[in-house]
Amino acid sequence: MSSSRTGTARLARLALRRDRVQLPVWILSIAALGAFAASAIGTQYPTEADRLAVLRVAVETPGLLIFRAAPTGTSDGQMTVFGILAILALMAGFMSTLAVVRHTRQNEETGRTEMIGATAVGRQASLTAALAVVVGANLALAALIGLTLAGNGEPAGGSFAAGAGVGAAGIAFAGIAAVAAQLTQGARAANGMAAAAVGTAYLIRGLADAFGDVQPNGYTMTSAWPSWLSPIGWTLQLRPFAGDRWWVLALPLVCFAITTAAAFALAARRDVGTGLLADRPGPTRASAALLGPLGLAWRLQRGTLCGWAVTIVAFGLVVGSIGNAVQDQLMTNENVRGRLDDLAGGGGHEAMDSFFAAMMATIAVLVAGYLVQALLRARAEESSGRVEAVLATATGRLAWLGGHVVVATAGAVAMLGLAGVTIGLVYGASAGHLGGQIRHLAATAYLQLPAVLTLAGLAVALLALVPRISMGLTWFAFALSFVLGPYGTLFGVPETVRAISPFSHVPSAPAEATAAPIVAMSAAALALGLAGLATFRRRDLVG
Amino acid sequence: MTSAINVSGLVKTFGRVRALDGLDLHVDTGEVHGFLGPNGAGKSTTIRVLLGLLRAHAGTVELLGGDPWRDAVDLHRRLAYVPGDVNLWPNLTGGEAIDLFGSLRGGLDKRRRDELIQRFQLDPSKRARTYSKGNRQKVAIVAAFASDVELYILDEPTSGLDPLMEAAFQECVREVTRRGRTVLLSSHIFSEVEALCDRVSIVRQGRTVETGTLAELRHLTRTSVSVEATRPITGLTDLPGVHDVDVAATHATFAVDSGELNRVLGYLTQFDVRTLSSAPPSLEEIFLRHYGDELVGAR
Repeated sequence: MSSSRTGTARLARLALRRDRVQLPVWILSIAALGAFAASAIGTQYPTEADRLAVLRVAVETPGLLIFRAAPTGTSDGQMTVFGILAILALMAGFMSTLAVVRHTRQNEETGRTEMIGATAVGRQASLTAALAVVVGANLALAALIGLTLAGNGEPAGGSFAAGAGVGAAGIAFAGIAAVAAQLTQGARAANGMAAAAVGTAYLIRGLADAFGDVQPNGYTMTSAWPSWLSPIGWTLQLRPFAGDRWWVLALPLVCFAITTAAAFALAARRDVGTGLLADRPGPTRASAALLGPLGLAWRLQRGTLCGWAVTIVAFGLVVGSIGNAVQDQLMTNENVRGRLDDLAGGGGHEAMDSFFAAMMATIAVLVAGYLVQALLRARAEESSGRVEAVLATATGRLAWLGGHVVVATAGAVAMLGLAGVTIGLVYGASAGHLGGQIRHLAATAYLQLPAVLTLAGLAVALLALVPRISMGLTWFAFALSFVLGPYGTLFGVPETVRAISPFSHVPSAPAEATAAPIVAMSAAALALGLAGLATFRRRDLVG
Repeated sequence: MTSAINVSGLVKTFGRVRALDGLDLHVDTGEVHGFLGPNGAGKSTTIRVLLGLLRAHAGTVELLGGDPWRDAVDLHRRLAYVPGDVNLWPNLTGGEAIDLFGSLRGGLDKRRRDELIQRFQLDPSKRARTYSKGNRQKVAIVAAFASDVELYILDEPTSGLDPLMEAAFQECVREVTRRGRTVLLSSHIFSEVEALCDRVSIVRQGRTVETGTLAELRHLTRTSVSVEATRPITGLTDLPGVHDVDVAATHATFAVDSGELNRVLGYLTQFDVRTLSSAPPSLEEIFLRHYGDELVGAR
């Protein structure tokens, strides 16, 4: 019996073997994040009154709901859903899209599919195996989240509904990634497309929650209808611990069925190695701008930079516009301020400053994510061997790595400015003092720069010192610093542990700023970066 | 005569693996030097050391009179490199990649570039991700030969090229040597090395086992002889330096150490030789002689 799926089981075993570390780390990290958040709820908001207070602030503060979720009640389980569930679904989405692309388009791009396709393996086996592995990973994740929440003492029904909601979102995104992998010719582009889908789904869900209807009780709400358009919205529409609407699971499963059917149909109609979005002929000569290490780095980085810049501007527009709503609330409600301060994770005295500081902390995470990705591009150039041909020319190592560092850092500086100006423009347009608001918010944004650069310095040092494991270590440091930094107060992390993250040392407003942390972080960033550059000059290239 | 490359006692280890174990390599200015060895013998590692991409652990390495690690950038202005496995940026076109390499090296001759693109029938408007292996190889070859440099370091440059393009490549090498340039050519293609190289170094397990002109290498090996005489041929096996004797009355085939050839020919005249053919050892035979035991071991 031979069919288009012959060999699927073997390929699935191969994928599991390749991912034997990566997937378990993803699954355990996501489940651990959920468990950590759930266990912190009791200590952070011990009494019903605490919870009511925080939820009342939240429902009146759309900007915060983008990063939490529409609250459904004050039980431990409901508070956990409010605090973390959307983030868990977001992470499950990234786990799934990366894994699907890794086992489909990336194999195709590197030519592995050609060798596999020449063996007794069916045309659709590779895609089927990838989807089977990713669905399996999401089922494991769903079960693990259910078990840890139930083990924490939450109702079993709601616990497993929450797990199933996260796993189902991951499964839906696996289908979307399968389609993206058929459209583009490069794995990088497919990953970008799928990640954009995940990010958009998160943002749609966030906006739908931010503009939802507050119930008469004043602390729970129903999301606006666009929530039903987003796989991450579906996770929350399942309403774990608040009715457990299991039938909502049909939506991600139908989404998965439709997208995978489309992916299989596309895969059956195209040649191996090609995408549906075909390449056009390009220039036969290089423009002057490309010639040189800086020009090359810019050329390699500009796509990433543009993608992140669009995200940052969209985010800034949202933050600026809801800034007005937040300010209205502050005018009318005195006791909102203290709680807002708490939720924002800052120590600011001015409530609006706290709000913007919280938003800037999130923007800083995005910018740091861009910067880490951009710097690790240098490592990818090295491990792929492309750097050898460049360094065999009259291009020194400092010039080459420095080119990447300069382009990436300049991009991060530009993006922080872009965020500050966008928010200032939108907020100032209605709140008044346009010029002053732009200056103030740009300054607030740049307060994040030393922390962002510290992470960048670490990335450079790691890729010079421990090239082979630098990618994993750098992303781990990035994840750690944002979990401990902007999100640290949410999880009730002790202050001494939070101090590890550079983001914990960012003042909330220019008026709050003291020289010590800024100077210390800038010096650390510079020292790490220079140590990295010096080390890179001395070591062997490592494939 | 000055040396373009002067390597002696080069040692490079990766962890516990000793990739280069006292390798010697001397390339004179103006010669084409063949660099032969089986996969994993250390050819590419040597080239990476010469390019300053890897650091030598012991031994002396001199390239164009400089230290390839310390003076990397200055030396690289004076050389061009073609790797055996060309890895290009998927979203740059071939034309862009050629210009980029030329510019990074310090400039290239535009007319020569266009002429080489023609000669190698390369479409410079295609993105690198759509190129076949042979076409990626052409990009690197065009980029290298469009620059007028003193030294060309070519690491299995023609892998994946068709015979026509192989001929075009050999023509390029001859052109640069006519202008007195130096070429280090690492290759597995014996006909290419025999056609192009003045001298050859053979490496094995990180050491140089043989080096010299092709004539010198041949001298160290055996010539195969086939002879037809009027009288039955006898006594061949008793002669020193004669091997693999196969006698059928008046006809004999045997191999003889090149140093003994003259004496053996003198001995044969007593049988009244009617026809005689002899074949000097091919490079392949020289090569196989050094790796014969490995081949036997592999069987």
